Amino acid sequence: MTENIEKLLTTRYGLADSWTLEVAEKHGAYKTARRALVAMQPDKIREEVKKSNIRGRGGAGFPTGMKWGFLAPKDDEEVYLVINADESEPGTFKDRTIMDLDPHRLIEGILITCWAIGAHKCWIYVRGELQFSIDRLDAALAEARKAGYVGDRPFGMAYPIEIFTHSGAGAYICGEETGLLNSLEGKRGEPRLKPPFPANKGAFGMPTIVNNVETIASVPDIIELGGEKWSGLGRLPRDGGLRLYGISGHVKTPGVYEAPVGITMRELIDVYGGGMLNDRPLKAVIPGGSSTPVLRPDRLVDAPKEDHPLHEWHGKSEIDVPMGVDTYRALGTMLGTCCAIVMDDSVNMVEVTRNLMRFYKHESCGQCTPCREGSGWLVDVLDTLCTEPSPTDPRGKIKSEQDVELLVDIANNMMGNTICAFAEGTAMPLLGLVQKFRDEFIEAARGGVPESTRHDDTTRSLVGSPS
Amino acid sequence: MAFVLSADRDRQVDEIIARYPERRAALIPVLWLCQRQNGWISEDVIGWVANRLELSTAQVQGVVTFYTMFHQHPVAKNVVWVCRTLSCDLRGAKVIQEHLEDRFGCHAGGTSQDGKFTLLKAECLAACGQAPMVQINDDYFENLDLEQLDRIIDEHAAKEAR
Ligand SMILES: Cc1cc2nc3c(=O)[nH]c(=O)nc-3n(C[C@H](O)[C@H](O)[C@H](O)COP(=O)(O)O)c2cc1C
Ligand code: SF4
Ligand code: FES
Repeated sequence: MTENIEKLLTTRYGLADSWTLEVAEKHGAYKTARRALVAMQPDKIREEVKKSNIRGRGGAGFPTGMKWGFLAPKDDEEVYLVINADESEPGTFKDRTIMDLDPHRLIEGILITCWAIGAHKCWIYVRGELQFSIDRLDAALAEARKAGYVGDRPFGMAYPIEIFTHSGAGAYICGEETGLLNSLEGKRGEPRLKPPFPANKGAFGMPTIVNNVETIASVPDIIELGGEKWSGLGRLPRDGGLRLYGISGHVKTPGVYEAPVGITMRELIDVYGGGMLNDRPLKAVIPGGSSTPVLRPDRLVDAPKEDHPLHEWHGKSEIDVPMGVDTYRALGTMLGTCCAIVMDDSVNMVEVTRNLMRFYKHESCGQCTPCREGSGWLVDVLDTLCTEPSPTDPRGKIKSEQDVELLVDIANNMMGNTICAFAEGTAMPLLGLVQKFRDEFIEAARGGVPESTRHDDTTRSLVGSPS
Repeated sequence: MAFVLSADRDRQVDEIIARYPERRAALIPVLWLCQRQNGWISEDVIGWVANRLELSTAQVQGVVTFYTMFHQHPVAKNVVWVCRTLSCDLRGAKVIQEHLEDRFGCHAGGTSQDGKFTLLKAECLAACGQAPMVQINDDYFENLDLEQLDRIIDEHAAKEAR
């Protein structure tokens, strides 16, 4: 295969009015859905998705083909498809581009997926803040209904498919798939104990597939190219295709870029991100959303044994390992949402940790004691570490290097005993930060964090004249 | 004053209910309709919604308190959310917040002295590559500097005056 495909998901992004049916269709939209519904058997579609080796784009990296295979509806059960468009993991801003710039690609993916898994109904759960994206999707759905692609007889087939948007109202935990299902049902977005898994008992008690926006928006291309060919566009085994990479923080050109699975973090920063802002040195990068443990460019891969999955990169920098679900797991981090947060040497890592832990404290749903108490306690200790030692401020008065060990203890106790993966997503990045930047935490324990890098804002008095 | 949803919006409630196999699933969308009309979710709103969707007020209350976007107290006509999560903080979100606090004469969590703006801190709003940013009502304003920010605030202040 000499053909070099570098763009699929983003091919229509740059077109004027790319979000309208007219423009999208002129550039290929719905061609594949029509063919799939009219001429392909559902099991053939599922087979292609399996062969594509697509790993879920929502954060966990679960093989999509395998997930669909878990469905085993009873005769009296309906199957539902739910799209996870909650996009709330700090650092992550990729799904939004699909909804805003090419909503018809997502709708086309939904149509094919519904047909493949036997669903007639799909809800797209969009975080409430993204009203613009919801409006774009609703407008696109109205066009697709009018054209007869969504509704009673998509492309003339007697296979009704209804698609609705559903707005959240501000809660990170609704991105966790069972929290999302509770929220969709009109309840508090508290994650459910598993099993049962959604494929057995999901929305409204029915077998349900929950997939990320980007995962489902990739389905038309997988079917169009064929699973094997699509898989081969990536650079890694068992992790196929092209995907969206986000990059934010201290780079020259932050944004969302499409690239093959398996580029390196160095490529992402230097080539796509345009290099470091103001050409300062790279200090650290959080690779795939805030729940993924940090990488340091001066850390080398330690894999001397030949059977180690990362042996090929032994002795190289962490940021030279290809970005994939399995490679990053072997590296002790996670690929997560594939949206990196880049930090230069001006940043204090204790402040970074405090910023993130405040997020988790705010977002813990509170059902599990280790998560609820642990996330709050972490922030208390970090507040103390970030404060100058002071005889008058109770937070600064009593601190020592033991507080750093305390952080590690608290985090360790959060893991393993909770209803959902949120607690691990809080504890793991904390442990990574403390492990890789221990000297900075010790320094903070001795003195505090320099004023210039501090981000506390609760005590300042207001200046200037209110207008 | 008892709350009643306008006839126009009330028709939408029936449409919304029809989208789900269970009536209760309409709760969050209907709360949105009410907040758009009323500005915030008052006790009256909770009572009305409970009645309309055949739920207990405790069920509605439980949902309202779970989600940060439902205002449990009156807010100004313009609600300004400043994202202060990491990617935005790395690109100057603190300066944005402090500028707004000084301009409004209130800390985050408060309402400006002229009563036109409520200032709130937000967690990551999925605009990290366009940091720093704020959300005002339904709209995002991205890649901000202070000059642009002032212009945007001026525009919102003027809109409200008309
Ligand atoms: C705390 C938490 C937050 C999550 N947030 C999101 C999210 O915002 N968007 C998303 O697609 N998946 C999110 N996930 C992952 C989902 O639970 C689920 O794995 C995913 O939607 C499955 O889709 P995929 O297989 O296509 O990736 C989150 C998981 C956890 C534990
Ligand atoms: S782990 Fe945390 S977020 Fe998840 S269910 Fe328990 S308390 Fe809620
Ligand atoms: S950190 Fe501000 S939008 Fe993500």
